[in-house]
Amino acid sequence: MSILQVSNLRIWDGITGKVLVPNSSFELKPESCLAIVGESGSGKSLTCRAIMKLNKKTIRQSGDISCNGVRLNQLAEKEMRRRRGKQLYMILQNGMRAFDPTSVIGVHIRDTLMHHYGWNRSEIVEKMKQAMLSVRLQDPVEIMNKYPHQLSGGMLQRVMISLAIVLEPDIIIADEPTSALDSVSKYEVMEQFVRLREKIGCSMIFVSHDLSVVRRLADEVLVMRNGNIVERGDASILFSEAKHEYTRFLVSSQTELNDHFRRVMGGPDYVSRGSR
Amino acid sequence: MGGYILKRSLLAIPLLLTISFITFVLNALSPMDPAEVVLHAQGVPRITDELLAETRRALGMEQPFLIRYFDWLLSCLQLDFGNSYVTGKPVWSLLGPAFLNTLQLTIISVVAVIALSIGLGMISALTEGKNLDKSIRGVAFVLTSMPPYLLAALLVWYFSVKLDWLPTNGMDSIQSYILPVSVITINYAGIYFRIVRSAMLANLNEDYVLFGRACGLPEGRIKIRLLRNSLQVAISVFCMAIPIILGSTVVIENLFAWPGLGMLSVKSILSRDFPIIQAYVLVLAAAFVVVNTFSDIINALINPKLREDM
Repeated sequence: MSILQVSNLRIWDGITGKVLVPNSSFELKPESCLAIVGESGSGKSLTCRAIMKLNKKTIRQSGDISCNGVRLNQLAEKEMRRRRGKQLYMILQNGMRAFDPTSVIGVHIRDTLMHHYGWNRSEIVEKMKQAMLSVRLQDPVEIMNKYPHQLSGGMLQRVMISLAIVLEPDIIIADEPTSALDSVSKYEVMEQFVRLREKIGCSMIFVSHDLSVVRRLADEVLVMRNGNIVERGDASILFSEAKHEYTRFLVSSQTELNDHFRRVMGGPDYVSRGSR
Repeated sequence: MGGYILKRSLLAIPLLLTISFITFVLNALSPMDPAEVVLHAQGVPRITDELLAETRRALGMEQPFLIRYFDWLLSCLQLDFGNSYVTGKPVWSLLGPAFLNTLQLTIISVVAVIALSIGLGMISALTEGKNLDKSIRGVAFVLTSMPPYLLAALLVWYFSVKLDWLPTNGMDSIQSYILPVSVITINYAGIYFRIVRSAMLANLNEDYVLFGRACGLPEGRIKIRLLRNSLQVAISVFCMAIPIILGSTVVIENLFAWPGLGMLSVKSILSRDFPIIQAYVLVLAAAFVVVNTFSDIINALINPKLREDM
């Protein structure tokens, strides 16, 4: 039983013919969180966008993607659009660039909710207010009247999370949501992701190269390298008993960094506070 | 916002003063003696030294340079640019109507250029790499690389001479606008649509487009956002197009015998009619400054980031 099943996904550049992701298959269990880790350029974002069918026009894909038994790859664009946002939702890395810079963020929120649910303005404000307060955004109405450049990256990230709370999608795909944040905001946003899962009971695909975040959030992990899935398994086991050389390299490089940081900061517990 | 508009408008004043001074100095540096020019133009058969001295006095030439400049500046502010050396008529009575004619041609052309650039730019950005995009760019490339006089000659030959649909010159009816406006539009839209196209392409890869699509927004909504963001770059370029076209109508006006500034200026330069040349340069420069000021204000109005710095 799985909510999302990806089989034989192949992604290539339609112009040069270069294969970017040769053949990957994985599944997402209901109410679980699957983390995809790997270095930049390993095909994590391409895989996420392939599920949403939102890669650039020049990027082609083949293979089967089914969500709740519906084969997304065979849906017409119109049908697919109806599912985006409501059933499949995506949270991007850089909140500063995810919202239209020429209008206040309330416009995007209203457009989205009006389109999917047909609510009127006051209903939307009421629902968003609660959601935004729950992710610890004070003054929701004021925030909705701000332009993206007037808010911080962490705040915009939480706005995207609060929109997810209202939309209640089945699957949330978060593409490196904490990579552009400083460590304090990162911790905040990570906690909000934990609460988001508890709150709406959605399944989640979480792309990251930050293993401390992955440890905190993920149930299962996929390790990608050069477009291939090199290792997969239970999150807790993977970090202690990695089979693939590359996974061990990832884990050890992260541990080394943390050890060094701990030595510099002069305390053993400083870094591990966010992890399990 | 009001403060910004005031500040930006006040900034234009020193700029205009500097321009007027430079215009005056350049004319004063000319090796021709204005008195001689006036006497030649009036067809005086034998120019004596006494006659020259008398004319200089009449023109106020014996006064110090700065006083002459301030006198000229003050009267310019009242639209009194002096009298033409050749015809003796007030400069404004010649320049005013010519300016209006050129302005009409310019405004109609600019509207056509903007409409065509945005339309073609959008179509070609949204069909990037497809045959439609390739053919738009190809045709635009050929037409834009043609010098305006060649393009004008071809159009006149085909539409006026061969088909006899449109007048070859003059400014008598609506039909006479078609050819000059087309030549200007083809020449400039071919350049400006590329600016719209590249701005749109750059914006297509922005995250806000991806996030909008990921939220399931209708494509129309996303296109509107795309256009609004892309136009930010294009608007300043379009605003600068107005004075550029205004100044470059010389060729078009002479080809189509359009009774505008371009015709007047060429005629005045050939007959050394200094007051008209001075006024022409001044009016064009002022138009540049005014339009530039407006473009800054419009840009600030649509760009929230700029608006904040005020």
